[in-house]
Amino acid sequence: MIRLVCVAGFFLSLSLLASAQAIPPSSQNTLYAEMAKVPPKAAARGNPLARDPEAIGAGAKLYKQHCAECHGETGEGGHGSKKGPSLRAPEVQQASAGALFWVLTNGVVRRGMPVWSKLPEPQRWQLVSYVKSLGSPSVRAEGSPR
Amino acid sequence: MNSLSFFARLGFGLMALALFGIPAYPQESPYIVTYDHYLEEPGSLDVEYFSTFGTQRAGNDFHSYWVEFEYGATAWWTTEVYLDGQTTFGDSTVFTGFRWENRFRLLQREHFINPVLYIEYENTNGADKILKEVEGHDVEADFGDPNSLAREEHDHELEFKLILSKTFKGWNVALNPIATKNLTGGEPWEFGYAIGTSRPLALKASAKACNFCAENFTAGVEMYGGLGERHSFGLNETSHYLAPVVAWNLPSSWTLRLSPGFGLNDNSHRFLLRWGVSREFSGFGSAISRLFGGKPGGTPGGTLGGKQ
Repeated sequence: MIRLVCVAGFFLSLSLLASAQAIPPSSQNTLYAEMAKVPPKAAARGNPLARDPEAIGAGAKLYKQHCAECHGETGEGGHGSKKGPSLRAPEVQQASAGALFWVLTNGVVRRGMPVWSKLPEPQRWQLVSYVKSLGSPSVRAEGSPR
Repeated sequence: MNSLSFFARLGFGLMALALFGIPAYPQESPYIVTYDHYLEEPGSLDVEYFSTFGTQRAGNDFHSYWVEFEYGATAWWTTEVYLDGQTTFGDSTVFTGFRWENRFRLLQREHFINPVLYIEYENTNGADKILKEVEGHDVEADFGDPNSLAREEHDHELEFKLILSKTFKGWNVALNPIATKNLTGGEPWEFGYAIGTSRPLALKASAKACNFCAENFTAGVEMYGGLGERHSFGLNETSHYLAPVVAWNLPSSWTLRLSPGFGLNDNSHRFLLRWGVSREFSGFGSAISRLFGGKPGGTPGGTLGGKQ
């Protein structure tokens, strides 16, 4: 039993250590640098679901399930301990669909964003459709960009 | 901080998590033995319960179970603690030990094959029957001893896996070679394998929230078994299993898994019925950190990159 308590304590300590080395607040100047690393071939890919009328709606559902926790309910960026960057920023909205898809697929593991290739490719494109829609005036009115 | 205060805070923290924790939408693989290369999201805690019913020739059938606490320490490191137990029908119910497992993502981005290093320490006794992995010359006959006798054997093992996994067009294929070293008794390295493939029933998501959408179900199959030991590598005197698997990821943050497994040779249990239920909580790391007066952290999703 003592061994069990020791292991539990060790596990908790490691968890706290991991939490303590959390990612510091991001500098807006360098926050979107990953976009510049997208290979040109990947950035040139078009969204095969760009004309799918359901893509934005499905993407909105997926966004709420997987992304809103860090990037905010309406893509405005995370708050408090959840400091995912705004997805309404020009760096994101002006990026190509292919570039967003690449970042979503590969994550930014070193900076805390997991890879999302576990979502099937069509779902990642649905997410890209939704993220790009955040830049449209009708969607922008629903949230307050940072 | 004295130990009473520490454990009181921890207890309150866990209670608060259970009552007020933020459930997260899970996207779990259906595998029970095989691992793919996806780690727990940083800061999230996945609490899982698994059960295995196994038939036993020349002995009593058994029901083994384990509780698993899986925590995403970072986007490249997941750590887990297991508590194991079992009931052998007509015999007794026993706690059989614990395991501490770590998985490290070796490459930052997705590649043709994605390697993850798995390191586990096991402190179990001989009555452990969860069959979380099969290695060496593990065979059905090893499980026939009464619990009182089996518990006298103590295993302190280090287990290593190289998780190789790839997802393409919705299909995940994962291969896990296993190497295990028992730290007591000078026993040789033992080897095993697990391989699995799975696919969601639908690749596109529907726009409506739903429990029974095809996209919430993932089905596949896994196969696992032993490969002997250092001095007798191969399939001789080893056991092997084939098991269809299915997972149901509910929007309410619960995941259910079911897997009937079938022994492939006379050394294997004829039938293993496994099932599991899990729930994912996001923000666990931050909550615990705040509880102990630290800065909130565990920032998942953190950034789209760049230096700070």
